[in-house]
Amino acid sequence: MSDWIEISSVDEIPPLGARVVHAEEMEIALFRTANDEIYAVRDRCPHKEGPLSQGIVHGKRVTCPLHNLVLELSDGKAVPPDEGCALVYPIKVEESRVWIKLQGVASKIKGSK
Amino acid sequence: MKEKLVLVGNGMAGVRTLEELLKIEPDLYDITVFGSEPHGNYNRILLSPVLAGEKEIGDIMLNDENWYQENNIKLHTGKEVVEIDRRNRKVIAEDGTTASYNRLLLATGSNSVLIPIPGNDLKGVVTFRNIHDVTTILEIANKKKQALVIGGGLLGLEAAYALKQQGMFVTVVHLMDSLMERQLDPEASSMLRETLENRGIQFLMETATEALLGEDEVWGARFKGGLEIAADLVVMAVGIRPNIALAQKARIHCDRGIVVNDTMQTYDGRIYAVGECVQHRDQVYGLVAPLFEQAKVCANHLAQLGFAQYRGSLTFSKLKVTGVDLFSTGDFMGDDTTESIVMKDVDRGIYKKIVLKNNRIHGAVMFGDTVDGSWYYQMLRDQTDISGFRGQLLYGQSHLGDSGHGGANTAADMADDVEVCGCNGVCKKDIVNAITSKGLFTLDDVRDHTKASSSCGSCTGLVEQILSFTLGGDYSEAPTAKPLCKCTDYTHEEIRQTIQRQKLTGIRSVMDYLEYRSPDGCHICRPAINYYLMSSWPGEVVDDPRSRYINERAHANIQKDGTFSVIPRIWGGLVTPAELRAIADAADKFNVSTVKITGGQRIGLYGLKKNELPAVWSDLNQSGMPSGYAYGKSLRTVKTCVGEEWCRFGTQDSTSMGVRLEKLTWGSWMPHKFKMAVSGCPRNCAEATIKDFGVVAVESGWELHIGGNGGVRVRPTELLCKVKTDQEVVEHCCAFIQLYREDAYYLERTAPWIERVGMVKIRQQLIEDGGNRKALSDRFLSSQKFAQKDPWAERTGDAGFETHEFFPLEVKVSHE
Ligand code: SRM
Ligand SMILES: Cc1cc2nc3c(=O)[nH]c(=O)nc-3n(C[C@H](O)[C@H](O)[C@H](O)COP(=O)(O)OP(=O)(O)OC[C@H]3O[C@@H](n4cnc5c(N)ncnc54)[C@H](O)[C@@H]3O)c2cc1C
Ligand code: SF4
Ligand code: FES
Repeated sequence: MSDWIEISSVDEIPPLGARVVHAEEMEIALFRTANDEIYAVRDRCPHKEGPLSQGIVHGKRVTCPLHNLVLELSDGKAVPPDEGCALVYPIKVEESRVWIKLQGVASKIKGSK
Repeated sequence: MKEKLVLVGNGMAGVRTLEELLKIEPDLYDITVFGSEPHGNYNRILLSPVLAGEKEIGDIMLNDENWYQENNIKLHTGKEVVEIDRRNRKVIAEDGTTASYNRLLLATGSNSVLIPIPGNDLKGVVTFRNIHDVTTILEIANKKKQALVIGGGLLGLEAAYALKQQGMFVTVVHLMDSLMERQLDPEASSMLRETLENRGIQFLMETATEALLGEDEVWGARFKGGLEIAADLVVMAVGIRPNIALAQKARIHCDRGIVVNDTMQTYDGRIYAVGECVQHRDQVYGLVAPLFEQAKVCANHLAQLGFAQYRGSLTFSKLKVTGVDLFSTGDFMGDDTTESIVMKDVDRGIYKKIVLKNNRIHGAVMFGDTVDGSWYYQMLRDQTDISGFRGQLLYGQSHLGDSGHGGANTAADMADDVEVCGCNGVCKKDIVNAITSKGLFTLDDVRDHTKASSSCGSCTGLVEQILSFTLGGDYSEAPTAKPLCKCTDYTHEEIRQTIQRQKLTGIRSVMDYLEYRSPDGCHICRPAINYYLMSSWPGEVVDDPRSRYINERAHANIQKDGTFSVIPRIWGGLVTPAELRAIADAADKFNVSTVKITGGQRIGLYGLKKNELPAVWSDLNQSGMPSGYAYGKSLRTVKTCVGEEWCRFGTQDSTSMGVRLEKLTWGSWMPHKFKMAVSGCPRNCAEATIKDFGVVAVESGWELHIGGNGGVRVRPTELLCKVKTDQEVVEHCCAFIQLYREDAYYLERTAPWIERVGMVKIRQQLIEDGGNRKALSDRFLSSQKFAQKDPWAERTGDAGFETHEFFPLEVKVSHE
């Protein structure tokens, strides 16, 4: 449960952009900010399930492409006055490799591109 | 240690400044507030409805004591500051409390004027300014019957109406021969007087009050000429005077008010001032909208951002008397350089007068039907050229066909559960609740909190109406020069000019140069800046995909379920069997669930997964079909009809002309989407007269039409000119597009752009000045050299561009 899984290198994610990670039926959006911080959020907007990975990244936030809800990447919370919260996953970056911890998901995951 | 900020005056302007400051810099200062009234901050404007019994004191509080606590603000209520010790930088209150400051903000408001006549200090003689006054008046009104209001201006009339509602007999005495003479012309003023008389208020016009009579309590008044009347309550509402005593005592330069510069600083640079107490460029204001603009600028400087400037405000007046609608703004009297259009409908009690100068609104005054007040006001501020719809001006915005305004459906008459914003499903009551419970004042606030009017915007007029009737006159519209978004105070125009003058070529350098207050902008400003860069420096600036909305980044339209649609270009609506076959093959191969003929004479494939896009495109490319840009702020479609080649009425080859225009103009980035059509005769089967650029063939050549719009607010085109040759059509088309690209704001379609700048200017640039037209057209064609690269072709194949955009990272989950 608590294992870290290597999923990507930082370079595979464009700065101020995102990549989608498919882990079986799960879709995770992996974001990279202007100063190379990485965040992982479930790729579903709390509003109407918009794919957050397709949104515009700014600061430590992303704007959903469907109806412009703005979410904090760090905790998935909508920026007030909007409401709602998306699921976030713990991430760590070591030597430019990105590791994720998939809580509440099937037991073990192996990373590969 | 944090710097210390002290605010003197816990009123509307001062506290609004703090709110604006906390929004941008929540932790910069230790803040202390002194207020001489024993309350938190309340909405002074709503004292009138409180006096009329339509609202309670509790309803009008804006910030209670919790708010101060939550924001770590030290609040001293009921303490008047009596001295500013500028040398030691501290203020001293009457009870001896002191507070030192690094920066000081004065917002002491104004005092009501008491006319210097005998008896003005009797019991029962009151002014109308604060909660204390209102409770005093209500106490007397409960016991007594006869009220006299001195002053027939806004405040006096609101007081008179309120006292009438409280069951008193009310007389208003006014020095002038017409009521509200500064806000109304004589016509509107006499209609107002009649309406109020019908409600039982008496008027004594052109009458000066000589003395108030009584020993201890007032019982009457005597006027010049000897007339006396009974009065056991006298409300003086003859004007206000900026409260500058404290500043004067501290030797801060004052004239009528405390004199401030464009950054809201007094002559002592550490001391700022906002609100009714200030005098800016010789103006003193007595309405909240300008004070809120001042507050915003002042907060910008307190936050040490240092770029906002206050340049004065244009105001408008309304009267908060239930059932009496009046509105005035600008110079509504006019003179011999202006012309007026007037409408008067005595039976319905409606009067409207609009004063025009050079086809622009110069002033307006209206009585009875004021629905369009904010529209006229907006056009006055924007100096909109109205020549295109002068005939409809008096009938209002709804007559221009804005579906969102729903004709006669004014906000006040709407039932609570009527849907106002169709896009976001927001009802009237949601908006009213948000305004009252969250203390909202502006359209932007309402958009943020309810989402109403934040999408297609067609309900903006209604939301503005709801704001204005919910708030009364307190509704502060966004200033004319709207900042691009919340990340900056600069406008679209200022940003574009900065890019061009400073030769900036990257988004980051624009943000640095303008000292952006957010790290890397937001979804509103980044696409706009990217566009201004691309259109200013074609060929030099590298497009930033991260500042593109997903559709333009992925070159396909995102759908509600996250899949995409693909619409190839179908030049002028002409297809070959081979192309149809290729589309059909692609639909089969990728299992496309919906194939649709679009409203733009093309074919759309729906429900494709993002990672399938490059393969679909590659197939379509192989049959010669590039991207149709159905997703772009760029050329969309060129609709055509069959024209001369087949049609028995056709006068020119409209189909070939359509194809020619499409081949020339595809791929160009524009402020918004751009649609064209070419019809072969005036029967106009291609609907050219609701397109951004419409061409209609006639016997002698071509008619060129511009600025049409289907969609949310239908607007027919205006005729630009008639030309003879095909080459002229092409040159005008390119020049028009280039002018639009260089002049319109991002996300402004040609219709609103033309309404803003006026046909006169466009004709000057495109028709009267042939050299300029040629130059525009040349600039367009040269930028097309860099723009016309099929984005689909660039993104397919092995060396595909931006492949990471389309393919996910796959991670295997191994279940042990
Ligand atoms: C596909 C199509 C409807 C159809 O099934 O036929 C369509 C689909 C969309 N239209 Fe449209 N419009 C389509 C023709 C039109 C037309 C008719 C026309 O062009 O002759 C109009 C009215 C004419 C006009 O624009 O003046 C039209 C007025 C709008 C508007 C309102 C624009 C306005 O200025 O008020 C929007 C909203 C916007 O752009 O902000 C819009 C927005 C949209 C969007 C892009 C909504 C969105 O943001 O996702 C839809 C994308 C669907 C997709 O994925 O393809 N669509 N849309 C048509 C595509 C034509 C094409 O081949 O490119
Ligand atoms: C009945 C009424 C109806 C109105 N209706 C409208 C309307 O419909 N539309 C509109 O736009 N405007 C309206 N106004 C005007 C509007 O309320 C004022 O323009 C606005 O409140 C001014 O804000 P301010 O902060 O400058 O002054 P205020 O709101 O008056 O605040 C100043 C505060 O400073 C305090 N103060 C002064 N000196 C000191 C001191 N030395 N120490 C400590 N505290 C001090 C005062 O007690 C006061 O609380 C109305 C005003 C009234 C009275
Ligand atoms: S295609 Fe156009 S009209 Fe149809 S639902 Fe979408 S935006 Fe509305
Ligand atoms: S689905 Fe994200 S804002 Fe609607």
